[in-house]
Amino acid sequence: MHNINRRDFLKLSASGAAAATLGPLLSTQAFAAAQSAGDYKPMFEIEDNAELQLLRWTGFIKSDEEVWDKNTERFTQLTGVKVQKQSLTWTDVQPKSALAAQLGSGPDIIMGWYDDPFIYPDQLVDVSEVCDHLGKTYGGWFDVAKSYGYSEEQKRWIAVPVGAPGNAMTYRKSWVQEAGFDEFPTDFDGFLKMARALKKNGHPIGLPLGHAVGDANSWVHWVLWGFGGKQANEDNSVAINSKETVEALDYAKALFETMPPGVSSWLDANNNRAFLSGHISVAQNGISIWHVAQNEFPKLKDDIHNAANPVGPVGHPTTYNLFTQAFVFKYTKYPNAAKEYLRFMLEKEQTAPWVTAMTGYVTPALKAYSDLPIWTRNPDITPYRDVLVGSHFDGWAGKPGKAAARALNDFVIVDMFADACVNGVSSKDAAANAEKRLKDVYS
Amino acid sequence: MAVQSATRPALSTWQRTLRTLDTVNVLGPLLAAPATIILLTLLAYPLLLGVWLSLTDSTLGTPGHFIGFHNYLVLFRDPVYRGAAFYSVLYTFGAEIFKMSLGLGLALLLNRKFRGYRIARSIMLLPWVAPTVLSALAWLWLLDPQFSALSWLLQQVGLIHSNIDFLGTKWAARLSLIAVNVWRGIPYFAIGYLAGLQAIPKELLEAASIDGASTWNKFVHVTWPLLIPITTILVSFSSIWTITDFQLIWTMTHGGPVNSTQVFTTLAYQRAITGGSLGQGAAVAISIIPVMLILAWFAVRSTRE
Repeated sequence: MHNINRRDFLKLSASGAAAATLGPLLSTQAFAAAQSAGDYKPMFEIEDNAELQLLRWTGFIKSDEEVWDKNTERFTQLTGVKVQKQSLTWTDVQPKSALAAQLGSGPDIIMGWYDDPFIYPDQLVDVSEVCDHLGKTYGGWFDVAKSYGYSEEQKRWIAVPVGAPGNAMTYRKSWVQEAGFDEFPTDFDGFLKMARALKKNGHPIGLPLGHAVGDANSWVHWVLWGFGGKQANEDNSVAINSKETVEALDYAKALFETMPPGVSSWLDANNNRAFLSGHISVAQNGISIWHVAQNEFPKLKDDIHNAANPVGPVGHPTTYNLFTQAFVFKYTKYPNAAKEYLRFMLEKEQTAPWVTAMTGYVTPALKAYSDLPIWTRNPDITPYRDVLVGSHFDGWAGKPGKAAARALNDFVIVDMFADACVNGVSSKDAAANAEKRLKDVYS
Repeated sequence: MAVQSATRPALSTWQRTLRTLDTVNVLGPLLAAPATIILLTLLAYPLLLGVWLSLTDSTLGTPGHFIGFHNYLVLFRDPVYRGAAFYSVLYTFGAEIFKMSLGLGLALLLNRKFRGYRIARSIMLLPWVAPTVLSALAWLWLLDPQFSALSWLLQQVGLIHSNIDFLGTKWAARLSLIAVNVWRGIPYFAIGYLAGLQAIPKELLEAASIDGASTWNKFVHVTWPLLIPITTILVSFSSIWTITDFQLIWTMTHGGPVNSTQVFTTLAYQRAITGGSLGQGAAVAISIIPVMLILAWFAVRSTRE
């Protein structure tokens, strides 16, 4: 599997063999190519001399931004609206957007993370028309995507959900087989048995428990929800101190015993490095590890595979993903141009090649994009297609918003797991400690 | 008036203006005005705004309402805040002691003239002049649980058999961060002490030698007393920088594991910027001010002396 960029993709599209599977996409590409500025009918009346500043996160995969930029160029050709893009490391976007919200000045559009728009919903332009149009056109939004874009309080869309750099299990097949598992386990029990067997063979699994914003939060929420634990009830009353949470913590403790020393200090980059260097056999991650291995680790690439996250006792997937959405600040002089840009970028003509080029690194928030041929081109990509199915937002089952954002950024759930696993605190006490912290947060 | 006109020629407006300007009461404030305006705008205003925000329930993008000392009351019963306060003090106190003693030792070594001493003095400054984030990243690699060069070295010489988990447990992480801060801050003390040592009159040391004082006695009774004023300055300023250190800790641990390396600055950032609770974040930041004022008082007093 090679890194497929837009050019490769277009070549593939042109080939007869690919035409059968890429038919719908091919036609949209052809449509895009044929369309000229004169034909273009914007959905919004774009302001005269509009120019936009976009702040987004640096692509985890190089081809992401290459295709994104080409799509943007196409938008400029068709509308005359110049778009100036600034890319920052993903964790640096949040402080910058916080600054923009506080000062009332900055980029017109920001591609942010998690609950960012719910921290300052009053500052954001209503993007309901864009979301309604996209939702109707592309089979609707995944539930979790809607939670990250639609404000129940304001009864409007405050952000356009883009998608999730989703999580699945990346593993070394030979080691998993050597541990006695022909297939990657599909439930929590099997996963723990495999982890123990892998440790015995000197190939432990590795899941971060440091203050890793993405990777630590992801796996602990997956386990918590897998047992039916939750941070808050629907009315935002704290619900963490429960039998289900204690069971989740007991399970995490058992998993932690199989992991190598040091996972308690791991930040977001550690598991990628540890996996690719052979220190661990299993990591929960975006498709980036697999993607990098395909291109830069020729000796390993055939042994590295992806599988869906095992399912917990609740009986359905409970994957927790990074989630990115785009929002427009009210201080922008060109709200219509901004809305038009977001609509344009999430139309199939643009989104299909974008997602394809980055081998599905971002799973789109719109359901129709689950049919893109990229998801079935290689069975290792397929698990990432479904990461939004059954997924929850952070703070679930409470409301997305300031309290949920604060709890996430205070690492309350990660610390609860680390307290139990690393500090040796009993599961009941760890849950009770987390409850105290959450009560302060939600008060 | 006629007599005056005869003895003192009438002054033009320009001359009168110049004469007025040339008085201490006018020129002094005038020259100080730009600096005062800059200080008020860039220091006093943000400080007062911070104090005000800490008394409100402001969140990002909203002005909030006055809630008195509620944020402080919440913080004082918050175990994460209390942990951050504890580690801030430990981090500062621990780092200052080691930076001071090792910096002094280094200065005493570099105060001697040996072959290549000028190069040695320049190299010594490297940790101090390197950007904090870069040195923090380098240390992150050195202390990495899987790829630590330090662990590798210790294994090669047979001192340990498996990698040390420098940042994975509470106390190991706390001490590791102090060690990195010490590494970074030693040059500041060393260069300060070097300047202090070179300012000590040689006659005093010669007189002590003639009187039969040993090296240790010369250090205790001559050198150290003369270094005390500069020590106060160095410690005061360095303590202010250490207690407000953010980059090193944020880059290496994000305050983890389990908040064991959380300090005032990282917690303030976490609460105000990433968590959106501007009021509470401001309260965390403002709560350092009493400590800072004490340190600043020492710094100013020692500078005057």
